[in-house]
Amino acid sequence: MDAFQTIGKSLPRKEGIGKVTGQAVYAGDIRLENCLYGRTVRSIVPRGRIKQIRFGGDIAWNEFTIVLPRDIPGKNAVLLIDSEQPFLAEHEIRHVAEPVALIAHPDKSLVEIAHRHVSIDVEPLPAVFTMDEALQLNHIFKSYLVQNGDPSEKWGDADRIVEETYRTGAQEHLYIEPQAMIATAIPGDQVTVWGSMQCPFYVQRALAPLFGLQPGQVRVVQMETGGGFGGKEEYPNMIAGHAALLSWKAGGRPVKMIYDRREDMWATTKRHPSKTHIKAGFKRDGTLVALDIDFMLDGGAYPTLSSVVLSRGTLHAAGPYKCDCTRVRGRVVMTNSVPYGAFRGFGAPQSIYAIEMHMNRAAQELGIDPAEIRRRNFLHQGDRMPAGQVINEEIDLEMMMDRALELSGYRRKRPEFEEFNKQGNTLRKGIGLAVFFHGSGFTGSGETRIGSEAAVRVTSRGGVEVLVSNVEYGQGTNTVLTQIAAEACRIPPDLVEIHQPDTAVVPNSGPTVASRTTMITGKLVERASLELRKRLMDPVDFAAAARQYLSQHGELKVNVRYEPPSEIHWDDETFRGEAYAAYAWSCDVAEVEVDLIEYRARATNFASVVECGRVINPLLAAGQIEGGIAQGIGFALYENVVLEHGAMKNNQFTNYIIPTSADVPEIQVEFVEFAHANPGPYQAKGIGEMPIDGPAPAIASAMAHAFGGRFVNEIPLLPERIMSEAESP
Amino acid sequence: MTPISLAVNGKNYEVTVPPMRRLLDVLRDDLALTETKEGCGEGECGACTAIMDGLLVLTCMVPICQVAGRHVTTIEGLGAAGQLHPLQQAFQDKGGAQCGICTPGMIIAAAYYLEHPDEAEDVREALAGNQCRCTGYTRIFESVLHS
Repeated sequence: MDAFQTIGKSLPRKEGIGKVTGQAVYAGDIRLENCLYGRTVRSIVPRGRIKQIRFGGDIAWNEFTIVLPRDIPGKNAVLLIDSEQPFLAEHEIRHVAEPVALIAHPDKSLVEIAHRHVSIDVEPLPAVFTMDEALQLNHIFKSYLVQNGDPSEKWGDADRIVEETYRTGAQEHLYIEPQAMIATAIPGDQVTVWGSMQCPFYVQRALAPLFGLQPGQVRVVQMETGGGFGGKEEYPNMIAGHAALLSWKAGGRPVKMIYDRREDMWATTKRHPSKTHIKAGFKRDGTLVALDIDFMLDGGAYPTLSSVVLSRGTLHAAGPYKCDCTRVRGRVVMTNSVPYGAFRGFGAPQSIYAIEMHMNRAAQELGIDPAEIRRRNFLHQGDRMPAGQVINEEIDLEMMMDRALELSGYRRKRPEFEEFNKQGNTLRKGIGLAVFFHGSGFTGSGETRIGSEAAVRVTSRGGVEVLVSNVEYGQGTNTVLTQIAAEACRIPPDLVEIHQPDTAVVPNSGPTVASRTTMITGKLVERASLELRKRLMDPVDFAAAARQYLSQHGELKVNVRYEPPSEIHWDDETFRGEAYAAYAWSCDVAEVEVDLIEYRARATNFASVVECGRVINPLLAAGQIEGGIAQGIGFALYENVVLEHGAMKNNQFTNYIIPTSADVPEIQVEFVEFAHANPGPYQAKGIGEMPIDGPAPAIASAMAHAFGGRFVNEIPLLPERIMSEAESP
Repeated sequence: MTPISLAVNGKNYEVTVPPMRRLLDVLRDDLALTETKEGCGEGECGACTAIMDGLLVLTCMVPICQVAGRHVTTIEGLGAAGQLHPLQQAFQDKGGAQCGICTPGMIIAAAYYLEHPDEAEDVREALAGNQCRCTGYTRIFESVLHS
């Protein structure tokens, strides 16, 4: 037993009191004198050439601040991976809801009225809305190939070949706090933004060229952020740029831009829709012989983060199975839909949905239980994954699956439900499972490339302050980093402070994405804290030593930089190597009920067994898992983005359905910890994204069980989709 | 513009505003009581929930003209740092809050439920009008049941 003081304890949320009292300050809570309210004028056609922008109606336009592309002082391009997307479309429109102009006025209600009187004359051009059309036109943003053999040579060795196509729909993040940004500019000199975001340094990097400034002249401050789930990874670059452009044009008056819910859902990114074709060959006993996967994502009209979403999806597509002849082709295509972007899971939920559904289908065709076919193919320590990585960490998927089956009563319930379903009720019951992993941290060489930094400094209270750019947006950054710093310094957690993410003060520890904060940044905080303690000569009384050091030297601050583990190598050219420094693993079991009158499906029970290394804070970690499962249930059953000309038509809470408190089932979460070394702080791995990978295939396979093996291959499992499968001859 | 008097958390206020201005905007913009949050502005998410003369209301759906002479209780009226309401303490201890934007409205709805347990079948039904995208609700239920 490790004798930890703070690690492994369920400390309450560090910033929680502000949240339960409402006193936490979100961007919208900032009150400003002399403030302008900004609004974006957007295209209503999917593609075309801009002829003219008209400011009509009975509006005193001379009172408005108006920004057009020609007002942009620097480069009209949102710098992310590439710089293809403009802040404001100048000549060509590529999607509905594309920003074309900006307006601002001190009277918020007047802005609302005025923006409806701006019209854009567009000469329409043909637009593409489906992945198949895009593929025909060869509109491909990015493609990858992962291969360890040629499946076409192996089909003859298989006793059974199973082939199917799976589809997942777009998903809206629906963070409860909409996108919000406040900006002030000193034209020619300085831009400052405060807002709701996951990645302050992304915003800084995107805004500097927009204004022709050096990054240091752009200051970005993260305010309390009301959820993000990836939706506040790259999109804040856009709204921050818009608010700052308006302030710049208005000579430095502060500008507040807060999207209303309709605009937020209509215009911002969503999870990429996917289409995955899988052909798999099996021996009679269920052993995989060959696996050929064609994974495709709709990227929408601009590349945003699609290439890296594709990369993660491709590298998770073969599932936690050993197959010595696997080929995965991944492609993301360009359409004229509103650009898709980061969403918790980042491509993995789509490809994992397909492989897990396929394993269930294969189990059925071979007459094997879905749990048993998995058991025959699981990856073990020492096995090689398709991109070449050898699993060095200790894993025991058999044990995890068995525990999940036991926790859920799977073995008892499976035959019980089959019996129940035979009795002619108007209800059908099913139980299904999914087994999956999720790589912690950036894919491939990402962590090495960005080289994150973190700092820890001594405070006058005799404690320490952690300086990082990773933000708290509900997932527990503040608390977990506090625990890590407290443990390493051997001080009580209430002596640890976390500095507000502010690019003028904190070093760039990278974005708050990719299940990387605890493992990557947490490790930096641990290293810096240990070093700081060492510089204080490993004191018995830390607080006294710290205060004494401050009085003698003025400051004690330790900066550290990311060092890649020596065994991690990734080749971007060949797309081979160690894709992730560590993986978290999980098994989900879901139960569903479907009534045969409305074909409405409900998740009625859920169990999840999770291995994510050392659990730093069990309370918060369980909260992450439960929340991810609820979003996964939404992805599986309810969340249907209806697209019209490539933009969300049901862009309201009223008609985009997410699980409510009445819809989520009992969720049991159990952590298992394997005693192995991994590169995280106190052997902790990432956890933020993994819980959204499993629910959709677990629920969809439970649905297939409920209907005697009829698979609905497309999620969400809307009543009409279930009915059409259940009632087909 | 209409002069309207109302009480919020035991304090009397006079505002002169357009009669159709949302109670939420009066609270946040005119009275600087930003503890009540906005999530959707269409009466669906519950983030702006408050209690008006004993009734649970969505402040984004209430025009200020309907609030004249009434008393509004927001999260601030329930408790503040140092003197938390038992529900606020439970949300803090049991992990009922994550990003925190739904939390004030959620706690108000939970407080109403605890005072009127007969109006809903159970806590799940009682909170079904308050959307949380972070927690999956498990820890919200625990917070309410352990307050």
